Amino acid sequence: MSEKVMQKRKWQTTIALVIIIAITYLSAAITNFNFIDGLAAFPTAIGWMFSHLLITQESLEKLPAILGKLNETIFMSIAATTTAAVVSIFLSLMGSKTTSVNGFLSMFARLIASVSRNIPVVAWALILLLSFGQNSITGYLALFVGTVGFLTRAFMESIDEASHSAVEALTATGATYFHIVNKAVLPQSLPQMISWILFMIETNIRSATLVGILTGTGIGYTFDMYYKSMNYNVVALITFSIVIAVIIIELISNYIRKVMM
Amino acid sequence: METTMKPTYIKRKRNGQISIKAGSKSERGIRWTIILFVVLTIAAFMFFDYTGLELWSAIIETGQNLKVMFFQPALNHFTWAEALYQVGVTLGLAVLATVIGSVIAFFLALMAATNLTKEWITKFVRVIVAFIRAVPTVLWVLIFAIAAGLGSEAAVLGMLFHSIAYLVKAFSEAFEEVDKGILEALKATGSGWWHVVTHGVLPSTFTYLLSWTFLRFEINFSVAVAMGAAAGAGGIGFELFMASGFYFDLREVGFITYAILLIAIILEVFSTRLKNRYFPSSMSK
Repeated sequence: MSEKVMQKRKWQTTIALVIIIAITYLSAAITNFNFIDGLAAFPTAIGWMFSHLLITQESLEKLPAILGKLNETIFMSIAATTTAAVVSIFLSLMGSKTTSVNGFLSMFARLIASVSRNIPVVAWALILLLSFGQNSITGYLALFVGTVGFLTRAFMESIDEASHSAVEALTATGATYFHIVNKAVLPQSLPQMISWILFMIETNIRSATLVGILTGTGIGYTFDMYYKSMNYNVVALITFSIVIAVIIIELISNYIRKVMM
Repeated sequence: METTMKPTYIKRKRNGQISIKAGSKSERGIRWTIILFVVLTIAAFMFFDYTGLELWSAIIETGQNLKVMFFQPALNHFTWAEALYQVGVTLGLAVLATVIGSVIAFFLALMAATNLTKEWITKFVRVIVAFIRAVPTVLWVLIFAIAAGLGSEAAVLGMLFHSIAYLVKAFSEAFEEVDKGILEALKATGSGWWHVVTHGVLPSTFTYLLSWTFLRFEINFSVAVAMGAAAGAGGIGFELFMASGFYFDLREVGFITYAILLIAIILEVFSTRLKNRYFPSSMSK
């Protein structure tokens, strides 16, 4: 690296840092965020957590009910992810460069994926809540729509990455589109796809809590109820059960990934 | 017996045909995973709580709602200037959580990188990060809202946690890929740990760190929208919640959704470019 390049890099870095600091100050001004207050609030908040968020004998009595709700939430996220994955496989086959049928369908698939991904799950939940009402289906559909968008993009990337040469080889033998997809594209990208599905299940359990608070279903609603009635011992218990569930699912999916790869 | 006639190393089907599918361990793993998914999905649909659901009328109604939202967006309860300000608040929350998070994550990542720190510290930091990641962001924000009082401080502090957990993982992986020779050369000259970081690690990873930070900013924007709606953190998310939950004003919901969509797509275009430039192979996991 010559000295000139180093000088130039140094300048770029300095300018980038100055811009970032300026934007940060602007954001703090808009949101009324006070750095010193934030800093001061942190230790008190942590102290509060350790003194109030304790699991007591009394709150443990609520455990069966909580586990039931948690179960519902976990199943909701799994169902949303797997059904979304099925839709995403078709959309990604239409949208990917290696397997696209024609330009129009490809554009269409990408548009659907982009819209459903970029409208936050919260917005979907609130929109669906209006007509579907307070039940599991509302949460399920909100997660489903967001997951379709994300998985379609991920699947398109895995298809493009994994199967280019295999597709070329099969095309040369005169295989039909169905054969190519079935024998080359899917087998080659399947491990990658399953890995994404597992990742999405983990993410969706966390999003399901959020959606649950808004739509009044699952563990999110239970949390909100106890939170609003200021029963912090149960709040702590719910938080810990979510943490344990998420970590167990993470361990299972790591194991599956290890077996697959 | 018939079985003694078959050589053991050729797998045959029941009718004597030679099986052409060998079925390696990974293939079996994939098959069982898919079966597991199917079973769990079917079980899930049986567990669901279907109270008060009238599927067909709900679908038709949602279709009509979406039509009103997307084809007749309008503002009724606040002005354009206010809408712009609320979007600014949401972006501001996202910026604060990302910038402060990246600074803290930088130091924690130094402790979590195996080539820079002792093993037990690395493990300790990683366990804490895994715990933080497992708690949903909205719970962090809600907990901080009681512990630190309402306001943007609680929202930013809550959002910080996940940003830090995400960035520590990304940063420490970037640090671990720093050329071993650079570190060794610097150590050989007698420079201390801090010198190694500022002159060896930081220059060679700086662009990666910036792009990871931007990728996180994209995520934080939608998190900030969510926190506005679910945890009362303000911004456009809160307006969305009010428009749909209190005023039942679909046209306003449509307008807000368009605003969020516009910004999210702009951010996505930027981050896709960054990804293609700095991470040619997909590293987004």
